[in-house]
Amino acid sequence: MTDLTELGVAAIRDGVAKGDFTAVEVAEAFNANVAAAQEALNAFIVATPEKALEAARATDAKRAKGEPLGKMGGVPIGMKDLFATKGVQTTAASHILEGFTPEYESTVSQKLWDAGAGMLGKLNLDQFAMGSSNETSYFGNVISPWRRKDGGNAALAPGGSSGGSSAAVSARLAPAATGTDTGGSIRQPAAFTGISGIKPTYGRCSRWGIVAFASSLDQAGPMARDVRDCAIMLEAMAGFDPKDSTSLDMPVPAWEAGLSGDLTGKKVGIPREYRMDGMDADVAASWDAGIAWLKDAGAEIVDVSLPHTKYALPAYYIIAPAEASSNLARYDGVRYGLRDLPDGAGLQDMYAATRAAGFGAEVKRRILIGTYVLSAGFYDAYYTQAQKVRTLIAQDFKNAFTLCDVILAPTAPTAAFGLGEKSDDPLSMYLNDVFAVPASLAGLPAMSVPAGLNREGLPLGLQIVGKPFDEQGVLNAGLAIEQRAAFSAKPEKWW
Amino acid sequence: MGPIGTVMSTYRIQGATGEWEVVIGLEVHAQVSSQAKLFSGAATAFGAEPNSQVSLVDAAMPGMLPVPNRECIRQAVRTGMAINAQINKWSRFDRKNYFYADLPQGYQISQLYHPIVGEGAIEVILDEKGPEGSTKTIGIERIHVEQDAGKLMHDQHPTMSYVDLNRSGVALMEIVSRPDMRSPAEAGAYVAKLRQILRYVGSCDGNMDQGSMRADVNVSVRRPGEPFGTRTETKNVNSVRFVMAVVEQEAKRQVGVIEDGGAVVQETRLYDPDKNETRSMRSKEDAHDYRYFPDPDLLPLELDDAFLEECRASLPELPDAKRHRYETALGLSPYDAAQLTLEVETYLQFEEMLDAVVKASGKGEHDLAKRVANWLLSERAGLLKSIPEGAAHPKNTVEANTALIIAASEGTISGGKAKEIFAAYLTSDIDLAAEIDANKQTSDTGAIEAAIAKILADNADKVAEFKGGKEALFGFFVGQTMKAMQGKANPQVVNELLRKALAN
Repeated sequence: MTDLTELGVAAIRDGVAKGDFTAVEVAEAFNANVAAAQEALNAFIVATPEKALEAARATDAKRAKGEPLGKMGGVPIGMKDLFATKGVQTTAASHILEGFTPEYESTVSQKLWDAGAGMLGKLNLDQFAMGSSNETSYFGNVISPWRRKDGGNAALAPGGSSGGSSAAVSARLAPAATGTDTGGSIRQPAAFTGISGIKPTYGRCSRWGIVAFASSLDQAGPMARDVRDCAIMLEAMAGFDPKDSTSLDMPVPAWEAGLSGDLTGKKVGIPREYRMDGMDADVAASWDAGIAWLKDAGAEIVDVSLPHTKYALPAYYIIAPAEASSNLARYDGVRYGLRDLPDGAGLQDMYAATRAAGFGAEVKRRILIGTYVLSAGFYDAYYTQAQKVRTLIAQDFKNAFTLCDVILAPTAPTAAFGLGEKSDDPLSMYLNDVFAVPASLAGLPAMSVPAGLNREGLPLGLQIVGKPFDEQGVLNAGLAIEQRAAFSAKPEKWW
Repeated sequence: MGPIGTVMSTYRIQGATGEWEVVIGLEVHAQVSSQAKLFSGAATAFGAEPNSQVSLVDAAMPGMLPVPNRECIRQAVRTGMAINAQINKWSRFDRKNYFYADLPQGYQISQLYHPIVGEGAIEVILDEKGPEGSTKTIGIERIHVEQDAGKLMHDQHPTMSYVDLNRSGVALMEIVSRPDMRSPAEAGAYVAKLRQILRYVGSCDGNMDQGSMRADVNVSVRRPGEPFGTRTETKNVNSVRFVMAVVEQEAKRQVGVIEDGGAVVQETRLYDPDKNETRSMRSKEDAHDYRYFPDPDLLPLELDDAFLEECRASLPELPDAKRHRYETALGLSPYDAAQLTLEVETYLQFEEMLDAVVKASGKGEHDLAKRVANWLLSERAGLLKSIPEGAAHPKNTVEANTALIIAASEGTISGGKAKEIFAAYLTSDIDLAAEIDANKQTSDTGAIEAAIAKILADNADKVAEFKGGKEALFGFFVGQTMKAMQGKANPQVVNELLRKALAN
């Protein structure tokens, strides 16, 4: 019998529907992998094997009755612990929300359950999704299942903030997982672990019930083995939600049915500003390979300019912390979560003690930055200026898209780095998102697909950025790369 | 008096060193009448059990998002239209960030940079019985909508404070005036007029004692004609009377400070009604840096023409227009018109009654308005005050009122008699129509002439005195005649016939 955990979303969905295996068998197989890898990889904060089984039994029962199984029927998934799940602890990987069990289910997770998916557990992440290496979690680092082929056993970062998601999918602990992307948090971890992930157009997926980091940037999206699996899962996640004012009131296209790797007549833009001095040679080579593949798929390659790219990262690190400093004000020890009430403390003392104990260093750093840039006297110089830059960056893309249909670029400037290598240097950590952040600021759909391995045997990702609402164009370009890159590498099991 | 809008107030504080003028601006917070809160579906009833009207959004649970409530926006727009203000078709919500236990999100969603309503004005009457000239236009700078906070309860536990979030997220309109007022009376008249307009529009119930409407009172003093002085802001003043008291006390206090060689400190103050004084709450140095920025959870609010048209079409006749119509089309005195239009309930009753009377009698509104006004404002008003149920008495029906008003207007019975009959009707078991019938005045000139002839004959001495110039005796003859007719003679007819008889 095939190892069911080698199957992706489409294969499981189709196999369960055909009766090749049962959903319960699938859930049991993944549950076993989750349990076996937990100590080594720390990908999950909470495993919920019974939830996965419960959903699987429901799917099998439906099949027995001949009822439709749903887009994700029989597929167990990992849920990033940023999505509120009713009755299951939801922490955002923070101490301040440790033990918090919502009475409500996020819109996106509910849609997935309604589509027949089951929950394997809540996935680890950078605390409040702030980080690019999954080293800021209160519940410990996630260890990438990948290792360098250098004879050493250095623990590598799975990327962040959706590091639990990327590690789980690449290590076959889940066929797919939810991620959220504020400034690259789906794409960069996908690239680091050799999987696919798409951040849809801002507003495609409801933010209701997702612990907020930076409201104007946060978007949920799928992380999975391949492009088709991403298309299937995104269809299940997306859709208008009246509970989110920024939700797009548009129908959800049939992305899976629309998949095609034939790019005849399409134009692919190559942004010249992304080709930076001192660029990693393997990353540059994979980008060139990507260009050749897309040409081979029938696309015309055009040179485009995104002149304000260099201002994207500074603008992002003003806007995102500004919003975060306000979004995280609600964690105050009054109504839920951690409360630290020293003897004789007043209200202000309780706030200070609770937030000092409840937030990690990176979260505190961003709250401080955000508070500073919004302060009287600094607001115009920082926040207003950053918003202007954001407008210019969106305009850059608009101009570029008059010349092309999608843009191709590397996902990250390097392959996965070692844990601890950048954790003392926040600026170098922030630089890891340099290619991911512009699309976030512009609210555009963007995905990462595996392109190959570098000389150390670590995966590299290519990023496709599309026009607003053109997830289909992004997925199709991703598929064209996937078909030609023939990426089949997976981490050798050491855990 | 100058033209409207440039009326100079003569209110002055007499200080030790001369006269001072007071300058007042008001920020009125009015709770929007709506079933649901500004950004959540939770209910908004007053006096509910603590924390029984709290949604996940109001409690700021992780991942919760605000969604604007259309009705709250609609009410703010209608209010703006009622004060002839500019309606901003594009407005935006901002976050005002500060920590407090009654503020679950850690920020209040408000509108600092782009309010929904811009410049407007209202006209206040400073003396209702006075001449037309005693009105003043008070500028309104803006109206914005924002969330209310919850409430702390300090009396539930010996060492802890409790939080009630029922009010958290309730929609408020903040109505910001220009510093156009110059006396306690003007400030009081402004609040009263604003309350009247809000109640007409139905955008706020105006219940100041329940906190549905409260004012932050900005006061400064200066020598007449000089630039504005430093102002203080007295927060959460919850009655018209207290607003006036705050202006008076605060102005006096500031004059005292300045005349003693000190300087007024820009600060937030509280009013203590028991001691009738204001107290410092916090100074500018302790002021929060609210770190306002556009709320990224909300899109800008864009109003389309159809929405604005619906808002405008749904506005009722407003107080000024109604008062003017009562004076011109209905021929009522300015005082009566003002009294009848003061409260929504009063004008509704008046118009319903007038309508019923017009229909039942076939006469015109103009012929009947004064009678209905008298009945409502004096005759019946006094009567209803004297019975325990008041206006809520079950027999105080439009039909009963109409019958009495018509009888009185047609001269069938006198106004006084109508009141007597109504009193009897409300307090005993009599048939109203029969009672009116039984008390019908007679206009039978024959019977009245006979009575007059007898009275004049019996009082020949008084007739002589009257004819000798003692005209006051006319009342005596009227009284005697009415008495002889057992109160049922039409007084007008009696007057006419008496004049005629005495002229002979």
